[in-house]
Amino acid sequence: MADRHDEQAPAPVEKRAAALEAAFEARGMKAADFIDDHARLVTEEWVPRNGARVVARAWTDPAFRQRLLANGRDAVAELGLTLPPHHRHLVVLENTEAVHNVIVCTQCSCTAYSIIGLPPDWYKDFEYRARVVRESRTVLREMGLDLPADTEIRVWDTSADTRYMVLPQQPPRTRGWSEDQLADIVTKDAMIGVARL
Amino acid sequence: MDGMHDLGGRQGFGRVRHARDAKVFHAPWEQRVNALLALAVRNGLVNMDEYRHAIERMEPRHYLRASYYERSMTGLATLCVEKGLVTRDELDRLAGGRFPLSGESAAGRPNAARRQAFAPGHRVRVKNDFVAGHVRMPAYIRGKTGVVVSRSPLYPFPDAHAHGVASEDEPTYDVRFRSEDLWPNGADAAFVHVGVFESYLERSP
Repeated sequence: MADRHDEQAPAPVEKRAAALEAAFEARGMKAADFIDDHARLVTEEWVPRNGARVVARAWTDPAFRQRLLANGRDAVAELGLTLPPHHRHLVVLENTEAVHNVIVCTQCSCTAYSIIGLPPDWYKDFEYRARVVRESRTVLREMGLDLPADTEIRVWDTSADTRYMVLPQQPPRTRGWSEDQLADIVTKDAMIGVARL
Repeated sequence: MDGMHDLGGRQGFGRVRHARDAKVFHAPWEQRVNALLALAVRNGLVNMDEYRHAIERMEPRHYLRASYYERSMTGLATLCVEKGLVTRDELDRLAGGRFPLSGESAAGRPNAARRQAFAPGHRVRVKNDFVAGHVRMPAYIRGKTGVVVSRSPLYPFPDAHAHGVASEDEPTYDVRFRSEDLWPNGADAAFVHVGVFESYLERSP
């Protein structure tokens, strides 16, 4: 259906959103109730604290770390965390002194949102999507992460339904901290791979 | 389709507008639209491949102008019209003005006729395929050679699943490419890993 009468300005975006919601309501789809439930999911359940707990456990429990790297989906389930059915696979990418991982979705904005939270605005922007695959070191530096020249960079483009999260390196100053204390320092940016801790 | 959405490696974009306390939503309607998508998926009205393709079909100038959630809303509304949940006129009327939708879809395609299984360490080449409908092969890997790192569980084949075409689920492979091979003399040194469907790949000597 090609766009008709292009010269006419579109209705304001919030009016279009309300129109779509009204269409759902008119078909008995109970959109308003679902939207409230979804708001709770987004703000209370799909939070980066989930991934932060996974990272903290991996830092303190070597056997869990091995299970996490072998099968992310099964390992996060040990902490009561789930992924939506269409994310059949969670691959956890381990940062080391020699290797730095960073994730992107160049074609849209796919993320393991139930584990690291919904993607931040900049992750969905054209600048990040277009550039980080091709100019990884430059983009990371611009974002405040100046990696040593001999650090190998691995960029992971989420072009299928496999989901990724980065397992950051534990800062040496945090040795001996409790899991809760450790989880407090793990950020969404670090699990995307645009920051080190 | 070689649409505007396929941005990997495009040049001319400036610095990432990054903030430490970056927001997910910037206005209440964005969360509401995000929830409507989740509702439509839960009810089986749309699948994620149809949804992604509906966004890709946006008129390119509209795609570039629109915010992320406007693109999401446009894709979802397009599918609602195509599937008969609502008419275009009703959307225009409810919005009190024009509700721009995405362009028409081309035909989908089934899995490749002869698929080969690969194992970690295999060198593979991404086929030089030009696909009119939905495809999850970013253009920057088309025709390029890399090494298989791992294999995923089976997934619906997007090129078919976005179009209601019958197909078999198939694995994707994490394929490691060297950025120098993707953009010779035109990229920062790195490995770029892409999840590539089996149908898109062939063995490379």
